[in-house]
Amino acid sequence: METIRRKLMTGVYLTYIQQRKFKTNVVSAQLVTPLDEKTASANALLPAVLRRGTAQYDTMQKLSAELDLLYGARIDCTVRKKGENQCVGFISTFIDDHMTPGGERLLEPVSALLGDLMCNPVMQDDRFLDTYVQGERTNLIDQIRGQMNDKRVYASIRLMQEMCGSEPYGVSRLGSEKSAQQLSADTLYEQYRALLSTSRLELFYCGSAELGRVEQALLSAFSTLPRAELVEAVKTLPHAVAEETRYVTEEMDVTQGKLAMGFSSVSQDYPALLLFNVIYGGSANSKLFLNVREKESLCYYASSTLHRQKNMITLSSGIEFKNYQKAFDEILAQLDAVKRGEIEEWEEIGARSTIRHALCAMGDSLGQMEDFYLGQAVGGMSDTIESLSADLQAVTKDRMMAAADGIKLDTVYFLKNKDGKVAEA
Amino acid sequence: MKETIYQKLNERVFRHTCGNGLELIVVPKEGFAKSYAFFATKYGGMDMNFSLNGERKKTPAGIAHYLEHKMFDTEEGNALQELAKLGAEPNAFTSDAITGYYFESTEHFEESLRILLSFVSVPYFTEESVAKEQGIIGQEIRMIEDNPGWQVYSNLLKGLYEKHPARIPVAGSVESIAEITAQTLYDCHRAFYDPSNMALCVVGDVDAEHILKIAEEVLPESRRPEIQRDYGTEEAPHAALPLVEAEMEVSLPLFLCGYKCAPSLQGEEYARQELIGGMACDILFGESSPLYNRLYAEGVINGEFGGEYDLLPGISFIAVGGESPDPQRVHTAIMEEAKRIAKEGVDEVLYQQVKKATYGCLLRAMNSFESIAVGSVEAYFRGCDYFCFPEVFESVNKADIETFITQYVVPDNAAISIIHPKAES
Repeated sequence: METIRRKLMTGVYLTYIQQRKFKTNVVSAQLVTPLDEKTASANALLPAVLRRGTAQYDTMQKLSAELDLLYGARIDCTVRKKGENQCVGFISTFIDDHMTPGGERLLEPVSALLGDLMCNPVMQDDRFLDTYVQGERTNLIDQIRGQMNDKRVYASIRLMQEMCGSEPYGVSRLGSEKSAQQLSADTLYEQYRALLSTSRLELFYCGSAELGRVEQALLSAFSTLPRAELVEAVKTLPHAVAEETRYVTEEMDVTQGKLAMGFSSVSQDYPALLLFNVIYGGSANSKLFLNVREKESLCYYASSTLHRQKNMITLSSGIEFKNYQKAFDEILAQLDAVKRGEIEEWEEIGARSTIRHALCAMGDSLGQMEDFYLGQAVGGMSDTIESLSADLQAVTKDRMMAAADGIKLDTVYFLKNKDGKVAEA
Repeated sequence: MKETIYQKLNERVFRHTCGNGLELIVVPKEGFAKSYAFFATKYGGMDMNFSLNGERKKTPAGIAHYLEHKMFDTEEGNALQELAKLGAEPNAFTSDAITGYYFESTEHFEESLRILLSFVSVPYFTEESVAKEQGIIGQEIRMIEDNPGWQVYSNLLKGLYEKHPARIPVAGSVESIAEITAQTLYDCHRAFYDPSNMALCVVGDVDAEHILKIAEEVLPESRRPEIQRDYGTEEAPHAALPLVEAEMEVSLPLFLCGYKCAPSLQGEEYARQELIGGMACDILFGESSPLYNRLYAEGVINGEFGGEYDLLPGISFIAVGGESPDPQRVHTAIMEEAKRIAKEGVDEVLYQQVKKATYGCLLRAMNSFESIAVGSVEAYFRGCDYFCFPEVFESVNKADIETFITQYVVPDNAAISIIHPKAES
């Protein structure tokens, strides 16, 4: 699978993959900007306000009608965090030319609509429509508040705030409720003009169309994109290792406790950390799953995630309140076991093939490819799915143990019920 | 094996009914790295009461789901680990009507398939292992009980139905699962995990004849059990309770409006019913509908709002909702819109639009191996063909949609479930 990267205009790049096996194509347009608590919620609000209407289709109903006629093409707003950068924009998927009942070509009209959504919004008195900004601001605030509905997500966000409070990474992709409250049609429009003219635009296409046709469609769609001096994406700094572990406990009316733990790492050996994470808590055969869940029945789920650019690992688990200490101890005991190299042969073989599978299967999913290559482009990383697979093959158990050795518990967040008792940690 | 070519979808499918009654469906997919296997029994959360070879059985709520968890245990250890060693990603789910086991892999597919077929066919339970699972499933039940989205749906079913088993949660309750023993599990396995009650679907770059050979080698003979399912006496056409309310820690009220529709049909009529109900939902409250856009502009609904037409054995209903400061207003607006459509008919332009969009949407789903496999097996259990939607499409017209909305979206058939934010104590 060949990935082609082209510069289309100043600060506008296209990642192109030709693929005929899917029923649909994907086109994505993402503005990349440093993650900053001052602008995060404004940036998060922008795609939603833009998605309300273009100069040509000035209501959502007219936009929806147009998308329906393009055989149910979808254009969805995206707000993502990639390292310490924020990426906002749209992802569109639509059925491939060879699948349309009348042989219609959808790439051109969909790209044009995407370009219009980003560059030619419906305006009144040289700014966004008040009603659209008000409505979407309310939605954004509801979405930020709504994060507490899913306690698993909520605990992870709280852990991140506590652990990376002084780093941009601690900022949520949606920003804070407080800064969202302060946004108005005027301030948002200013931020829009600045973001549009100074940030890098990452375009992605995967589908059956030839490169030339894709370039032409996108160049034409984004021909009115203003370009000024660019603010480049920032290089994400690894999380600073803390001297002492911090413990944070909060109470809510819940029936299950949520334990979230964050670890820092000093190793720069990414493939080795990746292997470590899968063995420790990154799969259904990990130490955490098999011991904390299956063997000790201490929880329903326990899994860990590696944050590549931050050199951090976070862990999330749902437990009975009374099992806090037992679960906590077992989670750390399993970490020590990996550090000591107490890994069965099948665990290592399994973990390696799990990662191989995840990488191989990525090429079978439009959504995963888009997300992976956006991360690569933003982080300035050049490895491909294939080169990462090869790097992983070369990781030895010793290298993995060396990487694990520098992993240190940084922050512990526990969400318990209001009357629940928790043992002192 | 019998090969069917679906020209409009650019797919071909191999099918065979084995000597032991198992239905095998193979969908070859060239150019994909991964393959997907889905092995399912027509046995779900609703099948608590039944008779086996003339003998009446009453089993505890949650038993199908419990059995699903315990099937991974084998005499040698655990099938999850065996599959993970081969790099496969296995999992399982239990719905109201079926229990399905599946894995996805990019290497050692045939070896993994043998393991899948074997562990699902050969039960191995001990009183100890059954007792231990109570802790894990107990945590799972607690976790879903904390999920407001689950609660709002569960309560809606209690509003719509007076006695149908769909009212009872698939996982049961902590109390009901306490009654489960190794013997009840063996009994249920014997009744429902017979090849004659099961189907296997494989999607990927595979050889159909080879898959058939493996299925014939690994799977047992049929015992030909005679099962009669008891879903209780027939339901009245109207909703049981117009309003079900609860309080949880949510930021905005969460709601689902339900409209009780006709009992689900079988065979091709099922496919038609599903399509008509789905299009009726889009026309009534989909993103292009006048109602959706009016409510969205008024700030009564947000982007989370949506709904669908659900069909379970013996029943069907519309469920639509999201978050709203005023759920009752949405409920009333939907019924008023239905009343208007009943009087004025469906707008021809909107109808044509939704028809095009629905076609694209169904086609889009075929990018997912999981959708293809689960869809094919569910369709088989219901006596229809997943791949025939372009033909079913031809048979649907505007009047079908109008009749559907006029008949079912009426006050007598309606119920609303609301989760209110907890009052500050």
